[in-house]
Amino acid sequence: MIRARVRLSFLVLIGVMSAAAVGAQSVAGRGAAPSLVRPASPAKAPNADGFLQRWLILEPIRVAGQLTDSAVQTVVKTEYFPNQFTTTVPRDGETVTVADAQLAWHAVDTTGYNVNLYHFAYSLNKPTSNVLFWVATIVNAPREISGVRLAIGSNAASVWWVNGREVISIYNDRQTVIDDGVSKRLTLKQGSNVIRAAIVNAGGATDFCARFLDEDGQPVKAITISLMDR
Amino acid sequence: MVAILVVTPLLALDGDTAMHDPSTVIVENGKFYAYGTGAGLPISVSDDGWTWRRAGTVMQAVPGGRPGPDVLARGGNNTWAPDVIRSGDKYFIYYSAPGTQPKSAIGLLVGKTLDPSSPDYKWEDGGPVVWSDGVEDSNAIDPGVFRDPMNGSLWLTYGSYFGYIRLVELDAKSGKRLHPERKPVNIAINGEASTMMFRDGWYYLLLTHGSCCVNANSTYNIRMGRSRNVAGPFLDNVGIDMLQGGGKLFLGSGGRYIGPGHFGLLDLGGGVQKFSLHYEADLDRGGISVLDIRPLLWRDGWPVAGDNVKDGVYQLESARTGTALELAVQGVPVGGLRGRGARGGGPPVPAQDASQLSASWPTGPIDLRMSPFMAQAQQKWAVTPVANAGGYPGSPYFKITIAGTERTLAATDDRELIVAPTFTGRPEQLWRIDQITDGTYRVMPKVYANQSLALSAIGSSTPTLSRFNPDGDRHRWVLKTP
Repeated sequence: MIRARVRLSFLVLIGVMSAAAVGAQSVAGRGAAPSLVRPASPAKAPNADGFLQRWLILEPIRVAGQLTDSAVQTVVKTEYFPNQFTTTVPRDGETVTVADAQLAWHAVDTTGYNVNLYHFAYSLNKPTSNVLFWVATIVNAPREISGVRLAIGSNAASVWWVNGREVISIYNDRQTVIDDGVSKRLTLKQGSNVIRAAIVNAGGATDFCARFLDEDGQPVKAITISLMDR
Repeated sequence: MVAILVVTPLLALDGDTAMHDPSTVIVENGKFYAYGTGAGLPISVSDDGWTWRRAGTVMQAVPGGRPGPDVLARGGNNTWAPDVIRSGDKYFIYYSAPGTQPKSAIGLLVGKTLDPSSPDYKWEDGGPVVWSDGVEDSNAIDPGVFRDPMNGSLWLTYGSYFGYIRLVELDAKSGKRLHPERKPVNIAINGEASTMMFRDGWYYLLLTHGSCCVNANSTYNIRMGRSRNVAGPFLDNVGIDMLQGGGKLFLGSGGRYIGPGHFGLLDLGGGVQKFSLHYEADLDRGGISVLDIRPLLWRDGWPVAGDNVKDGVYQLESARTGTALELAVQGVPVGGLRGRGARGGGPPVPAQDASQLSASWPTGPIDLRMSPFMAQAQQKWAVTPVANAGGYPGSPYFKITIAGTERTLAATDDRELIVAPTFTGRPEQLWRIDQITDGTYRVMPKVYANQSLALSAIGSSTPTLSRFNPDGDRHRWVLKTP
């Protein structure tokens, strides 16, 4: 079950240096994740190229690390913790129990176009190989925006959902390439849109990047990213 | 290593394609027109650029039904090798009216429309534009009319073996000579069927060399030179002036087609150029002379004759991403999973085809995606012409299926892509494949032809349909043999 260890307002939350934080302190003697910082504002705009730089990341779940289509689909469709497939976005510091291990969600801002999951897990002294990462964020649209596409890259395989609908799946051992997997045209509704993804890594580096593209392939930037429903 | 595939033509167009000395193919209101040598200047027309039919002769719409009296006086009563151009709200047809060569004239006809069914359809005699008296070093036949895009000026090249290929400037309003008092400029020798085109600051002069009119014994071939000036000098690729017989080969005989000649530029816009020509002999049609339309490519500042797509099995690789189209099913390594093995190699690993794997694929529609090409069955596409489904300049529509199956690439109602389980022949499953000037291909579904939607690599793993943009690589595909 979800243990709502921390249920604070965002402004209170960012003032708390919880043990789950990865961007500002080291864990067990390891340095802080060099590319990740704690969010310092309620909402964040995409960067100049449209990349979404604010995410909630669940500490990695150990899996077999198989990357074929069927193996990845089996892993991402396995319910490791309750409410895994809802569109409710967890809170920073919230924990879940997976096979007797307590795993925490961490709010991060990445300083790059991509989110370095290796930095994330390494800084927490967590495994980086043969692991499954769940990530989520909320994209706030000032109005309904139709005809856009979610465009992602991931190392390695990943599956993506927008507002609960699976829109991208890419498989096999691969590096993060900008706009590798791209959804079909979709509509961002006015207000909150929940983006979730499951990234499976077999070994070595692991990261992802994501942005929205318009009909002409240009980045969508008239949106903001936050980690709580408004 | 695999290079951009060089393929040979499928067939030189469809329908009644018999023609000799074709004019430039010209488009009016979506219909394609070409005019050729013969009594009264026969008209060929096509609704799509692929299937052609005869539509009478030009002279049927000329008062008196034959060249005007001044043309007859300067030349003769033959009607050969016309060319056509639109200028303002008029069309000009220039035609050869030889008597006993090299006494000949080039006559002008002026009309408002090319459509014989239009109430405005008629051709007015514009008289002779240039002529040769039978003594001078000129044979005034085989007109080629050219508009200089740099300033809109109009030019006529003409001539045939005897003496010089010549150039005169035309009045864009009347179609007649702009400066009749000036001597024509000699620009080449050793050819006929001259015409010009312009690209990137260069004027290109194309001539047909060799012998004509003896079917499969004709040595016709198309040669070219280029100049920074509309009036030359036109030098070939080794610097020889075409006035001294130079000429880089553009196209010679090949495959089942003997004696290409009478180049005409057909610029379809959007980075797609084609050229019309005739073969002296199409060996698949009894050795008669036929019209054809082929892609025009450019390399190192020179035009190159491309080839229409031939049916076959291809990998379809995005020029943007380097990844190849595939059915979105789990791939299996060719030969199965195996280690690197000992040194010294082993027996050949057999090719993988769909019959080995397709039973495990879902039976319904399957997504399309892109991946690095791995010679796997779900990445090999059979490109096959579809009979009686229409076409476009130079080619019929194709179906694109996973080789060895009926699983068919199809456009969806929401402008995306799917692989359907069977081929239905519907417009969403018919594909137009045009070679672009860089040698890559544009792939468009018939169902969205009026929206110019083309296969697009929106991401490394993701194809879609989007409006064709000639700039950049998003809509460019490389066809390779797997």
